Parts: sequence; C-alpha cells; structure tokens
Amino acid sequence: MFKKDITPGAKSKVKSSVQRTIRTKVLETYPLLDPYIEDILPKKSQLDLVKLPDRVSLYTLNTTPLFFQHMDDAILPHLGLVHKYPDAFHRLRIDRGAIRFVLAGASLMAPGLTSAGGRLPNDPEDTEGRYGGKELGAGEVVVVEAEGKETACMVGVLKVGTEEMKKVKKGQACEAGHYLGDGLWGLNLG
Amino acid sequence: MVTNVYPKTVLYCGVCTLPPEYCEFGGTTKKCAEWLQANHPSVHAKLYSQEAIEQNLASLSVDAQKRAEKDSQKKAAKAEAASARAAETRATSKILIKRIERNKRKYVTAVQGLEAFDLDIKKVAKDFGKKFATGSSVTKVPGGGDEITVQGDLSDDIFDYIVENYKDVPEDNLECVEDKKKKKADG
Repeated sequence: MFKKDITPGAKSKVKSSVQRTIRTKVLETYPLLDPYIEDILPKKSQLDLVKLPDRVSLYTLNTTPLFFQHMDDAILPHLGLVHKYPDAFHRLRIDRGAIRFVLAGASLMAPGLTSAGGRLPNDPEDTEGRYGGKELGAGEVVVVEAEGKETACMVGVLKVGTEEMKKVKKGQACEAGHYLGDGLWGLNLG
Repeated sequence: MVTNVYPKTVLYCGVCTLPPEYCEFGGTTKKCAEWLQANHPSVHAKLYSQEAIEQNLASLSVDAQKRAEKDSQKKAAKAEAASARAAETRATSKILIKRIERNKRKYVTAVQGLEAFDLDIKKVAKDFGKKFATGSSVTKVPGGGDEITVQGDLSDDIFDYIVENYKDVPEDNLECVEDKKKKKADG
C-alpha cells in the first residue's frame, strides 16, 4: 500500500466524538490492548487525522503515528505501535528466507509461513504458545514477525484462513499492508 | 520476549531507521553496522557476532543464500548510487537570493533552491520571519518548485543568516542577485 514514498496531506483535528468511536473500534478489534489503551490513546488527548494518498487516513497523537485505515476497512496499527505492544495482536511468523521479500513490499506467500521457520497458530513447534491456539480466518489483521528477530516486520490482512493455509501451502497468504521501511514507516510528521 | 513491561522501547537504527535486526536487509548494512557499533556497542556485539552470522546462514539453503547475497549486493549498489547522486546535486545546486524591486525604494527578497539541501522550506520561511521580524512566505514559482519571499531588502542579511545557521550549505553555493536593471548584489 505504501511502496513508494508518500507525502502527508492535510492534517486536521479529530472530533472528540469521532475519537471515541475510534477508541471503541480499536478496542473491539484488538481487545488485548485494553490494559494499555489509556497510554496509547488517553481520553483527554487530541488525535490528529493525516490524509495520505489512496484514501488512507492515518491517526496520529502528537506526531506519533498510531493507526491507519483505508476508507472504512479495518483499522491497522502502525508498526511503531506494534513494536511497543507486540503481545496485543495476532501474530504469525515467517521464515528467514521470506524476510527480504516482505521488506521489499511483496505480499506474503503461504510457504513462508508453513515452512519450518514459519509459525502459524497451533504450531507444534511453538511451545510457548506465542502464536496462539486459535485458527484465524480470512480478513483478520495480523502482525508478521520473522524468524530469529524480535520485532515485527509487517502488518497486514489475511487473505486466506490459517487452517486452509496449512492444507494448501500455496498462494498469497496475506495482503502486504505496512512493512518496515515503506513509505508510511519513513513518513515524516514534523 | 520475557519482559512484560509496556510500552516496550525498541531501538531504531540511526541510519536506516529500521530496528537494527533488520539492517541487513536494507541497502546500507555497512553504515548501519558502524553506527550501531558507535552508539550501541552491546547490541552490535550481539547482532554482528560470528555466532549470529553463522546461525543466520545455517538456516538457508545454499541456493537461497546465493540469491539473497546477489540481491543485497544489488540493493547496496543502488543505495550507494542514490546517495552519490544526492551529494552531487548538493554540490552543484545553487541557492539564489534575489532582491526584487517592488515599488521604487521598496523591495522583497526571494530565496530559491533551498530544497536541494534537505531543508524544510516552510520551516526556514518561518525562521526568516522570526529572525528579521518581517513577513515571510512560501510562494510557488511558475517554473515549478517553491521559493521563500521575505518582505524588505534583506539579501545580505539572509546570506549571512544562511551561512551561519545552515552548516550544510557551502558559502560558495549562495548567490545574491538583483532582479531587473543592473545585476549586482550590493545591499
């Protein structure tokens, strides 16, 4: 979505009523953020809406980008936020070989997740239960981590359910949303 | 991943802005490594130790390794070329300070070409306004691009101010020009 460098458009303040809806929506989508929401989005704070190309709107709090949204799609977290609260999102892991493709902006393919280095929910090798025990359906927002790395490298929307992915092991798994080093990541909100 | 204190603070590389673990996938790996060593030696030791590198290589097949290597080389070359190009435009591009006669004895000063030096024109305009206590605005030039228009004849003052405050700009690249009539910049 942000393969090219982007220039931020108009910045405007978000109405407090709209801000409340955003807040509840965020909590609905990411219930695990609940204990921290007061730190992320304090009730009294003033959110800003920055318009980006292709009808993407980015919500920022004092120049820290928090969430972005394409039209009325799901609200996706910015990677900076994901790095701060990694446990609050559904996570998958890709193997080492796939990292460079992801960082070049390719959409995530299923083999990167199903191979030995990749992790999907209910993975037998995932002893700590980091990747959850619940299969995820298509359309879920996932944070993609990488083998041997601590921080996440991509945020995207699943195209195929994880169960199906394990069976088919082919094709696109996840729409490339926002990855490390893309235009949104490099965005300068002065 | 044992800590449960939130928000977590993540270290970002000062060169490529990614978390240092991912530096190897950017085009500026070498510079990133140097930066990390200078600023966070402990992290550098962890990430760039012999052990870590070997482990990284072990998890890939030989074929994939080769491809990745080629790819990263290409990327590095590209990044280098881009930075070289940027340096060149920086060296050749000029900043023009124009004194424009507006109305017999009244002047405005226009500054062009600041964007080649990575300066935020809007911010610089604001600074000019503050420094000289005059109106200062960013206007579009018909040929494309922006210029800063400052009210009053300030060409020499602006010259000095730029030299003093924006160290990236070499003095030789600044030029004072008088618009219309004679072409000489004498305040």
